[in-house]
Order: sequence, then structure tokens, then C-alpha cells
Amino acid sequence: MVHDTQRMDAIAERMAEDEVAGRSLWADARSRFVKNKAAMFGLFLLIFVVLFALFGSHLAQWSNEELDYNVMGVVAQEGGPSMANGHYFGVDELGRDLFARTVQGTQVSLAVGFVGALVAVVVGTIYGATAGYVGGRVDQIMMRMVDILMAIPYMFVLILILVMYGRSMIALFVGLGLISWLEMSRIVRGQTLSLKNREFIEAARATGVSGVTIIRRHIVPNLLGVIAVYATLLVPLMILTESFISFLGLGVQEPLTSLGALISEGAGTIAYGTIWQLGFPLLFFCLTLFGFFFVGDGLRDALDPKDR
Amino acid sequence: MSTPLISARDLRVAFDITRPGDMPWTKPRQLHAVNGVSFDLMPGQTLGVVGESGCGKSTLARALIQMVPASGEVVWQGETDLLSLSSQRMQKYRSEIQMIFQDPLASLNPRMTLGQIIAEPLRTHRPELGREEVKSRVARMMDRVGLLPQMINRYPHEFSGGQCQRIGIARALIVEPKLLICDEPVSALDVSIQAQVIELLQELQRELGLAILFIAHDLSVVKHISDEVMVLYLGRMMEKAPADLLYADPQHPYTQALMSAVPVPDPQIERNKQTIPLHGDLPSPMAPPSGCVFRTRCPRAVEACAEEVPHPGRGRHQCACLFPGPLTADEVA
Ligand SMILES: Nc1ncnc2c1ncn2[C@@H]1O[C@H](COP(=O)(O)OP(=O)(O)OP(=O)(O)O)[C@@H](O)[C@H]1O
Ligand code: SF4
Ligand SMILES: [Mg+2]
Repeated sequence: MVHDTQRMDAIAERMAEDEVAGRSLWADARSRFVKNKAAMFGLFLLIFVVLFALFGSHLAQWSNEELDYNVMGVVAQEGGPSMANGHYFGVDELGRDLFARTVQGTQVSLAVGFVGALVAVVVGTIYGATAGYVGGRVDQIMMRMVDILMAIPYMFVLILILVMYGRSMIALFVGLGLISWLEMSRIVRGQTLSLKNREFIEAARATGVSGVTIIRRHIVPNLLGVIAVYATLLVPLMILTESFISFLGLGVQEPLTSLGALISEGAGTIAYGTIWQLGFPLLFFCLTLFGFFFVGDGLRDALDPKDR
Repeated sequence: MSTPLISARDLRVAFDITRPGDMPWTKPRQLHAVNGVSFDLMPGQTLGVVGESGCGKSTLARALIQMVPASGEVVWQGETDLLSLSSQRMQKYRSEIQMIFQDPLASLNPRMTLGQIIAEPLRTHRPELGREEVKSRVARMMDRVGLLPQMINRYPHEFSGGQCQRIGIARALIVEPKLLICDEPVSALDVSIQAQVIELLQELQRELGLAILFIAHDLSVVKHISDEVMVLYLGRMMEKAPADLLYADPQHPYTQALMSAVPVPDPQIERNKQTIPLHGDLPSPMAPPSGCVFRTRCPRAVEACAEEVPHPGRGRHQCACLFPGPLTADEVA
């Protein structure tokens, strides 16, 4: 994917090996993050988008399901954005309020992104830390499996799952979850290998702390920084993937919608001159992606001040 | 004679070394990190283990507690062979044998507070203890090793090396072990702090009747704390004797060389001191010299030394050299 593993290694190394790890590292990172204009801008965008998704429906005059019969049939002439009839973003070609639809689409897209990233964090961390900590043959087998799974064209698998099990949210989550953890497990495994030989792990082993507890108590907490950065960068990738699928018409099903599905609809009707149907979903789509990428990059730079 | 707390017989550790381009089926080369080491350690006594970096001191310590695969025998209190135990049955002995480490800061998890770190062995071995009980034991232990109560919620990086080593000691002693393995506990500390830490260890030893296996890379550090001293070279034991005997009358040329590197506080003696420098580099442990492993650097070496492996023998003063004896005039540089 888009992340260079080397950068990740560098961060993790710094997190793990810097003798002033612990609080001061986080304090350091925070001040660097706050000074990073792009990152703060991204954070601002993200907050805006999340607030829009959470509370936008309270501002809407229309629900996302109501059809406005006044503009039906004359969408191109009367359905544009207007304060007067309460359709701030206009209506879609069925006469539904585009503002409410965009709120809903943003909610779904964010949910897809978060769930995908969450699966990656949980599964990828456990899998990678186990492989790295146990080591030897187990590690070999576990990582070869990841290699094999990564070699499968995942878009194809995802589409297959959606076609076979219906286009439900669950199928989408499962499909995205299946692929999202692979890269994460590799990163976590690499970091675990380098952590494993540190003296405090040896101290824990010598006292007889069990492997599971060592992973939970000593390894994972020392990888949180890397995991956080990677997860932040993974969310927009998940959103992109979902949008692509939706654009192909395989994503979430009506009456649910996502930003990708809205963009797809908007693109389909653009010939009738209803530019707002494409513009607003696309705007929120871009804001969300920019927000996540800026924040992710900012976190990465904040945690790894070397080579900038 | 009472039974030793722990006695090792012909302890051996060999690591398989696979080089990067090796095929999976090529037979790995072996590195004998510990090669036939034996010792007895009585309850409440201290055994010093001395040798240059890479001679297998840490590996010896790890072998005792099944941290690396080893062969030979490690008998605990005259009855149990620790090496033959399954990891489940070994668990019980892990609280009786505790370890402190060379790098005080690196041996503490940077994401855990001092209180959590010290409590960890208790949580592992005495899960039945309540939260309050654990807390009070940690507090008592902290007081005992000279840490202030208000430090309990701080993180390791906020402490100095000496304080970190005190945390390590507190963590090791909280489960009331019988044997404390100290792997170069003071090598990373300032000289003034070294003395404090060693003093603390001695005090605790007297109070708790601890046996200590004290690892160091030079003879001066172990001099005062040890009852018996063992000198290692390339994984083999060169000489072992009660401390006073060894320091007064070293028999092995390697011990004598190490001894001459020890600074003497009295400038008069220091100036007249006989020194024998160690020539050449440490041979690779992958390909140790035949016969006596020390022969490539030994001022006393003759042809016979390449043929025959010298055995340390038995008794109070053991020396693995074909020609043991005090320094002669022409060996002194
Ligand atoms: N896990 C391992 N795999 C392969 N070789 C090892 C391993 N651990 C140690 N060795 C080798 O065994 C030898 C002895 O190492 P050991 O760490 O016991 O030395 P040491 O006497 O403790 O040195 P130091 O004073 O530097 O701590 C060294 O040559 C080392 O490279
Ligand atoms: S056996 Fe020979 S080489 Fe080895 S220490 Fe004695 S004199 Fe030196
Ligand atoms: Mg060592």
C-alpha cells in the first residue's frame, strides 16, 4: 500500500529505543504536531467532517427518505441548492434532500473507514505480535500465509464477496476487514522482532511471565505509536476502496448510501446539468480524505522528527 | 557439608549459527558459548563470575533458568535438575531465582510505572494477593532499596541509572528469591554509584540470606562481594578459587593478566606492579583454538598446549592450565 515500511521502522525504533521514551516522547510529539500547519488543518477538517456526520441531520429540514414532490420532475430547474425550500445542497434526481443524503453518506463512509481500520488494528496487531514473539517456524508459516493472501488481487475477492453474499454492510465490513490487516500485521511483526530482544522483555521472561501477557503488557504498549499512525492512514484507504466499489455499483445498497455511491449517482446525472449532485458529495469526500492523510502524515512526522 | 543451593555440572550451551545465504538444509555451525562449566553455590554465599565481553557469562546465567537450551545438570537444593523440568514445573523456581540486568534502564519497560514494574513478579507468582497487599509490599520494598514512596507513579526514564538499578533490585527481591543472578549490575553505572549499589546488594544479602551469582567483566568489582570467584574464557572455566586465595595467589596466566589490569589504589604499588599485557585479539568463539583455548594469547604457552585440553581438576583451587603457578619474571612485560 502507500506506506513505506522503512519510515514505520524508523518511528518504531525511535519509540522503542529512545531512552526518553514514555511521556516526554508523547509531549515532544504533541508539540511538533501542533506546530505542523498541514496537520492542524487536517485535524480541523476531520473535526468538521465528523461533526457534520454526527449532527448534520439535526440541521436538515428534510429526512433522507422523503421525496419532495414540488421539485420532482423538474430537478434540473428547481432542485438546485436553495435556502428557501430547505434543500441546502439541492435534491437528487428522485427529489430526495441531498443535504440529508450527504450526511448519511458521510456517516457510512466514516463507519466503513473506522471499522476497516479497527479490524486492521486488532487482528493485525495480535497476529503480527504473535508471529514476531513466538518466532521460528511458527513465524515463518504465519508470515508466508500473509504473503499468499497479499498476492491475491483483493479487489477481485471483495467484489466476489459482495456478489456472493449480497451487498450488505456486513459483507462490506467483512470484505474490507479481510484485507486491511495484512500490511498491519507485517509492520507489527517487524517491530515485535526488534522489541523481543530488549532487556525488559528478557526480564519478564526470566520471571516467568507468560507469552500472552508479555505481548499484552510489554510489546503492544510499546507499539502504540506506530499502530496509531498506521491506523490513521488506513482509514482513508478503506474509504477510498469502499467508494471505488460503490462507484462500480457494488457498494452499500439503497436506501443506505455512502459518499462513493452519491458521487457515482452524481456522475451519472451530470449530463442533465445537476452539478450539485456531484459537487457536494465530492467536496465532503475530499475533505475527509485530506483530513485523514494530513493528520496521519503529521503524526508520522511528529513521532519521527528525523529526516524532514 | 551442607547441600549447595545450586550446583552446575558440565554445563554446556551451543547456539546454531546460520549465515544469511544458507540453505534451510545446510547444517548450521555451532557456537559453544558455554563449554563444560561446573560450580557449587552455597545458600547465602556469593560466586563471582569474571571474563571478557563475549566469554559466555550472560549465557551461563541464562542457561541456569532455561532461557537458552543447555545440556549438563543444574541441581537445585540437591534434588531437582532444573534443566530437565518442563516449563510449567520450572515456573515455581522462577520466583526463587531472580535476575538483575546490565543496562538498568533497558531492563525496565518504558511504558510501565515504577509501581507496576516492581509488582510484576508478585502478580505473576502470587496472583492470590489482593491489590492492597501488593501495594504495601511494593511500598516496603521501595523503602528497603532506597526509593521514595512518591516515585511510585513515575516512569523509568525519569530516573537515573543508579535509581533504575534499585528498581531492578526491588523487582527481583519482591518475590523473596533464594538466588539472585546479577548480570554485570554495575557496569553501566558511575564509579561512585557502583559502590552504593554493591553495598546495597551486600546489605540485602545479609538480611535475606540470599545467594548471589555476581557477573562482572573485571576482577576488581567482584573482589569484595564474592566468597568464591570463577574466571571464564571463551566459554570455558579457567580458574576457580575462594576469593582471598584467588586474589592472593592466582595460578592461571589468564587470571594473572586480568589481575594486572586491575588498578591498585596505592600509587606506590601501582607503579611497581607487574603487568602482563594480553596480546592479540580474542579468537572467534566459532573456531576456538585447539587444546587450551587461551594458548593464542598466553605468555606461557608451549607446543603441548595445542595438543591437550587442560582440566581444572577438583578441590578448592581449580586451575585449567597445564603449567599452573605464579607469574615468572620473564612473563612480566
Ligand atoms: N542467542 C544467541 N545466538 C547466537 N549466539 C549467541 C546468542 N547469545 C549469545 N551468543 C554468543 O555467545 C557468546 C557469549 O555471549 P554472552 O552474551 O554470554 O557473553 P558475555 O560474557 O555476557 O558478554 P558481555 O560481557 O558483553 O555481556 C558470544 O560470542 C555471543 O555472540
Ligand atoms: S595450558 Fe598452556 S596455553 Fe593454556 S594457560 Fe596453561 S600455559 Fe597457557
Ligand atoms: Mg553479558
